[in-house]
Amino acid sequence: MSNKPPIPASTTGIGDRPKRRSILDRHKVLEKNATLLLVFSFLVVSVGGIVEIAPLFYLENTIEEVDGVRPYSPLELTGRDVYVREGCYVCHSQMIRPMRDEVERYGHYSLAAESMYDHPFQWGSKRTGPDLARVGGRYSDEWHVDHLTDPQSVVPESVMPKYGFLSATLIDAEYTADLMRTHRIVGVPYTDEMIENAASDFAVQADPDADWEEMVERYPGAVVSNFDGAPGISEMDALIAYMQMLGTLVDFSTFTPDASR
Amino acid sequence: MAKQPNKQDPETTGHSWDGIEEFNNPLPRWWLWTFYATIFWGIIYTIAYPAWPLVNKATAGLLGYSTRAEVANDIQSFADANAEIEAKLAAADLTTVSDDPELQSYARNAGAAVFRTNCSQCHGSGAAGSKGYPNLLDDDWLWGGDIEAIAHTVRHGIRNETDEAHYSQMPAFGEILSDEEIAQAVAYVQKLSGQDADAALAAAGETVFLDNCAACHMEDGTGDRAQGAPNLTDAIWLYGGDEATLTETITNSRFGVMPAWGPRLSDAEVNAVAAYVHQLGGGE
Ligand code: HEC
Ligand code: HEC
Ligand code: HEC
Repeated sequence: MSNKPPIPASTTGIGDRPKRRSILDRHKVLEKNATLLLVFSFLVVSVGGIVEIAPLFYLENTIEEVDGVRPYSPLELTGRDVYVREGCYVCHSQMIRPMRDEVERYGHYSLAAESMYDHPFQWGSKRTGPDLARVGGRYSDEWHVDHLTDPQSVVPESVMPKYGFLSATLIDAEYTADLMRTHRIVGVPYTDEMIENAASDFAVQADPDADWEEMVERYPGAVVSNFDGAPGISEMDALIAYMQMLGTLVDFSTFTPDASR
Repeated sequence: MAKQPNKQDPETTGHSWDGIEEFNNPLPRWWLWTFYATIFWGIIYTIAYPAWPLVNKATAGLLGYSTRAEVANDIQSFADANAEIEAKLAAADLTTVSDDPELQSYARNAGAAVFRTNCSQCHGSGAAGSKGYPNLLDDDWLWGGDIEAIAHTVRHGIRNETDEAHYSQMPAFGEILSDEEIAQAVAYVQKLSGQDADAALAAAGETVFLDNCAACHMEDGTGDRAQGAPNLTDAIWLYGGDEATLTETITNSRFGVMPAWGPRLSDAEVNAVAAYVHQLGGGE
């Protein structure tokens, strides 16, 4: 008989094993120390995130440059806040997926660049109502007013709630410049000029008789209209200004999608 | 009290916590092999499909798959399948579409799909319309009901920003007429459309109407399609024929807008939806 130590009785060798300790045997330290366990669990869990998310920040083929995308105008940005506040995203997505049926119904599939100035993005995850990523220009302002005030008056089958109270809430641009500065902190390239003119840009977009040329120069493609057809600027005006620009910024007649995405 | 080890029990891991021990059961074979198989599958998959992030690009994958290419191919395959008939429809003289049964049936079906997607929100899923959005089933037309006129309306829209859109604007008579004159005009319009109206008011309203309204709505009130001025003598209303609505219409005017669909739809789609609307019942 040889002098070798007996083979450990358990298959993993954890039971009566010889005294050679590998790093894997040291887990007792982790198991007995809650804080260490937490730290190491967190490290393990973040591996997936690091591998999947981190490269998106530097890989060239995920960051596509697209002409036409610009930051929201002050009125649109305010309308977007109304959209978020009212939870429209609970029933509406803003993300046309690259599938034939979606492209046929809603238009060109959404590009990442189109939501690059959205903080937070409004892709949504549930479609009780249709996708709104390209609703801009599809309906008239009057229709939006009719529809938001009483959806069932134009679409009898609709289950969308009524938002008529938005017309009654008049708003001003008191905090709009602050809002834009906040967005600048998270990376939206609002210039000083844009922030200085926040209040006037806010007002002229809802007034076709005002001097809105400079505003449109700063925010190309912005729609100028008295959106709700009533005097004063209401939340309804802001929300419709936002609706009417959704998905209109990129000119798809000149855009060629790079197939390697 | 710790459990007394039993002869059939497997080894324990050797851990003991407050006297509680843990059996060291091996994983079932089938489970282990499935686990290895998924790892193997995962590696093959990341080689076949785009996956691994490298310095400035991710690997493209041996199969060369791309979501964008796939959707483009998918769309193209349907476009190819319909290419012949779509080209025929896009180039067709609309008045003769109904002579070609195959083209007619294609146009009707494609048009119905276009209508449900783009038009039903305003004109209703059955095309019966609602206040301010005309019923397309009847033979009362604002801008013309032959198939060419319908196609023109769809392509360019009404009172929108585009150049070729139908355009006209009824004045807001609240700034032009007195309240009394407006009440008279309301009564006259009610009488024109065969409703009960105060005879004296309506009689006075005739002058108001001839002076202010006949240029667009015509002397007999039958309207003018060139200006999209509705016929006021029938019982079909765009906004409403009751006294309150008429007063509101005349005082503040109306400005019905329809977007231009030419920029959004292909020629074949515009023609298809025009053919569809035309055969709904009211086509001329
Ligand atoms: C309870 C779910 C629900 C909520 C919340 C909701 N909607 Fe809707 N929405 C719908 C449904 C269902 C439809 C489709 C029927 C219709 O047009 O009304 C719709 C349709 C729409 C449409 C027309 C889209 C198209 O292309 O036909 C717009 C625009 C819209 N909603 C905007 C909004 C806005 C803005 C808000 C927030 C103020 C909102 N919705 C909140 C359910 C909802
Ligand atoms: C934003 C709402 C809206 C949408 C969407 C819309 N329409 Fe219209 N449409 C209108 C309005 C409003 C009028 C009447 C305008 C007026 O007052 O003259 C109209 C008028 C028409 C007319 C003329 C009716 C007549 O009596 O002469 C036709 C035809 C028509 N629409 C077809 C369509 C088709 C086809 C589509 C879809 C491709 C469509 N519409 C989408 C709002 C809309
Ligand atoms: C410049 C041309 C013009 C003049 C003048 C005019 N109208 Fe109109 N009228 C229109 C047009 C165009 C419409 C359709 C508006 C729309 O579709 O949004 C209309 C719509 C109407 C309607 C709504 C019909 C319906 O189906 O709901 C009434 C009622 C009406 N007009 C009455 C009058 C009366 C009364 C006068 C005179 C006091 C008058 N109009 C003068 C062009 C005119």
